[in-house]
Amino acid sequence: MGRMTPSTIELPVTDDDYRIARYAAAAIALTVAEAALPSPLPGIKPGLANIIVLVVLARYGWRDAAWVSLLRVVAGSLVIGQFLAPGFFLALAGALCSLAVLALAQHLPPRFFGPVSASVLAAFAHIGGQLLLARVWLVPHDGVFYLLPLFATAALVFGAINGLVAARLLDAPVAAPVAVKDGS
Amino acid sequence: MKSSVPDGLRELLAQAAGDGHAPWRTLLRPGDWLLLLAAGVFVAASYPLLWRGGTADRAIIKRDGEVVTELALSVARKYELTGAIGTTVIEVQPGRARVLSDPGPRQYCVQQGWLTRANAVAICAPNHVTLQLAGRSGQNGAYDTLNY
Repeated sequence: MGRMTPSTIELPVTDDDYRIARYAAAAIALTVAEAALPSPLPGIKPGLANIIVLVVLARYGWRDAAWVSLLRVVAGSLVIGQFLAPGFFLALAGALCSLAVLALAQHLPPRFFGPVSASVLAAFAHIGGQLLLARVWLVPHDGVFYLLPLFATAALVFGAINGLVAARLLDAPVAAPVAVKDGS
Repeated sequence: MKSSVPDGLRELLAQAAGDGHAPWRTLLRPGDWLLLLAAGVFVAASYPLLWRGGTADRAIIKRDGEVVTELALSVARKYELTGAIGTTVIEVQPGRARVLSDPGPRQYCVQQGWLTRANAVAICAPNHVTLQLAGRSGQNGAYDTLNY
């Protein structure tokens, strides 16, 4: 990378910002990779980026997880060319509902409930938010709810798998902190 | 630049590939099993929604285009209605309904037999009587046809 010219505007960048940006970049990469996968039904996706959100939630708390999730939705949609398209709003509605549920789920007793529970609950909140927005805005007819079983099955399967992957990542010994190189 | 993979992702991938992991099932805590079970039951219970969408749960009987009565398709009964040229008898059984007899000359609505699907309709035009089934979402009645 070439050296950048000194900026005239100094925006203080904290360690928090670097950390959130790194995790958000990982989540965006997974979103882009996933966009290449064929989907049997629009809206049914593995949601791999949520693994990152779950890891961040467990390690750094809800605020960071919300930043990563929302940055992922906005920047991810910019990268795949869906920004402000219907899919963007569906993803946003799903992410907001998931975050609301995760805010509650993080208070479950950790002795009994791990990342898999958080993941499955968030996945159901995700399809709930998407279906509600689709019903109110895109398909103003109760017919969308006939698809609920398919979406619920996907939420259960992918929620459980993503939760297991997140649990395994969290179970691993924490890697040596990655040095932040900001070129200065 | 060493690679185009973001740092955070590389870190996570390195961890995922690492050895010394506990078996997968130990990653699930007791509440997780319970929640997965509950979610599985919810998903299984939601499947009938997908296939029961087209079933009817009530019969709407109209004369001159105005609703005379609505009968639930849960109890067997007969309903007599006096129309323009005589009496139409409608028979309801659990899950279905038909026009049992009608004074019309050509008996089209009688020959239609049992109606079982939501929005199915039998029209006894000479007597100005219609029998229509409706499903759980009554909104479908707002359309005669839909095409895309």
